[in-house]
Amino acid sequence: MTAPPLLTTPQDDFAPALLDPDHPLPADVTSHTTRHPVRRFAVYRNNVTVGLIEAVRARFPAIERIVGDDFFDAMARTFVRAHPPRSPILAIYGDAFPDFVAGFPPAAEMPWLADVARLETARTVAYHAADATPLDPAAFAALDPARLGAARIALHPSAVVVRSSWPIVTVWAMNSDEAPLGPVDFGVPEDALVLRPALTVVVHRLPPGTAVLLAALTAGDTLAEAATTASGATPGFDLTAALAVVVGTGVATTIAFDPEPQP
Amino acid sequence: MTLPATLPDDAGVGFKPQHLDDLLAGDAPIGFVEIHAENYMGAGGPPHAMLRMLRERFALSIHGVGLSIGASRPLDRDHLARLRTLCDRHPPQSFSEHLAWSSHGDVYYNDLLPAPYTAATLARVCEHVDAVQTALGREMLLENPSTYVLFETSTIPETEFLSEVARRTGCGLLLDVNNVFVSALNHGTDPRAYLAAFPLARVKEIHLGGHAETTDDTGAPLLIDAHGTPVADPVWTLYAETIVRTGPLPTLIEWDNDVPAWPVLAAEAARARAILRAGGAAVLHPVAA
Repeated sequence: MTAPPLLTTPQDDFAPALLDPDHPLPADVTSHTTRHPVRRFAVYRNNVTVGLIEAVRARFPAIERIVGDDFFDAMARTFVRAHPPRSPILAIYGDAFPDFVAGFPPAAEMPWLADVARLETARTVAYHAADATPLDPAAFAALDPARLGAARIALHPSAVVVRSSWPIVTVWAMNSDEAPLGPVDFGVPEDALVLRPALTVVVHRLPPGTAVLLAALTAGDTLAEAATTASGATPGFDLTAALAVVVGTGVATTIAFDPEPQP
Repeated sequence: MTLPATLPDDAGVGFKPQHLDDLLAGDAPIGFVEIHAENYMGAGGPPHAMLRMLRERFALSIHGVGLSIGASRPLDRDHLARLRTLCDRHPPQSFSEHLAWSSHGDVYYNDLLPAPYTAATLARVCEHVDAVQTALGREMLLENPSTYVLFETSTIPETEFLSEVARRTGCGLLLDVNNVFVSALNHGTDPRAYLAAFPLARVKEIHLGGHAETTDDTGAPLLIDAHGTPVADPVWTLYAETIVRTGPLPTLIEWDNDVPAWPVLAAEAARARAILRAGGAAVLHPVAA
């Protein structure tokens, strides 16, 4: 018996055959029944491919419900072969799936599908995000209204905003047992706030411009600065509705003020 | 409740979130739970909250499925660091991994893949086990795989390979009796001969799981380690025979696919517990040849 050549490993021959059904079997592989165990090797091919498809399925249940099992299987199979995971943490596998869906020709008639997938991606991110205690709404009520504009508000580590030109919250909710099925006006854009204030992930439909305000708060702007940015970017921006999100959803974790200037 | 430093010589189950309430209800016939490490590597959220609740009641086995110890390439240092973080956060009574590989190049294949048993693989696996034990600051257990193919270049019997890894590194072994049965049938060998050659003194945990049956290219039976059904009767028999020889050992029921309602899984755990308490002997019965 000869040792493997120094610069190659047994995996060099085995790995490429796993996700490519047309790749020849690894030369070293055998069995006690046949020297060319195609069906035996197919167990590994099947385990790898099906296991990855199941990981994608677990992360995108609404997408599966929208397109149906067969379509989803075919789409996920193409995805896992083109974009196998780079990490053994499968909870984050599929971050590239929304972009893949956007460019998947059979899904071209559903241009909103990729954004619904982005919403589902955000749900997993929120599920596994760091824990933090949301700020009690009473903390806002206790503030001097004159100082509110100067407040710098830190957002919950689980908070993810998904912006879309499509009604993604409505479509997602109807396909997640969160809302009854009904007609959808695909002309209505919706931004989503995905959040896990405690142990349950929730999805909020944001009022117009609130996504911009939250992004500005994340960047460190004061509430007044963030409101100005959101107002400038969004005709009809409603500050009261935006504040209701900041105060009422649990998206805020701390309020801070800059130190008073020294005389 | 003060938990012991090692897993109890009792039954355990692979934890599934849908069983949380049943497990916490108080009469589960188990002494420990096992988790797949890679499902608990996020920063926070329900996975860690559930683990904190479970650890108040049960001993914990952390079982890695993504370290790729059997690969010839170096271990992923980032992943090793994540395992260290997890073991620090929820200190387990046992950490185990597989004699298999799952990553190559920059791809993670999400399966426990086989390697030829050669002197080169042995040296590499020993390096990797040493690295894990150093990084985690604890002993690890290495699990025997289920396999579907053989390698022309293999020169070392699997039992000898595992004995040598344990001898050189001081690691413990995790004996998966279903894997023994599956591999033996798949390769036309005798599971009892395998168990007779296995270094049982090194075994600190046993796994039991269900398998599925298909056929290979020649029509010969081929068993798949599918973890989606009850433990098969011949595997229970091999298990009981093993317990007669080893005495009681922590014994995990693995059921990862088509996960049943809790009473079904609990019945499997209760069966293992009964065998453990009887020392194997009372439930031994002849097996058809």
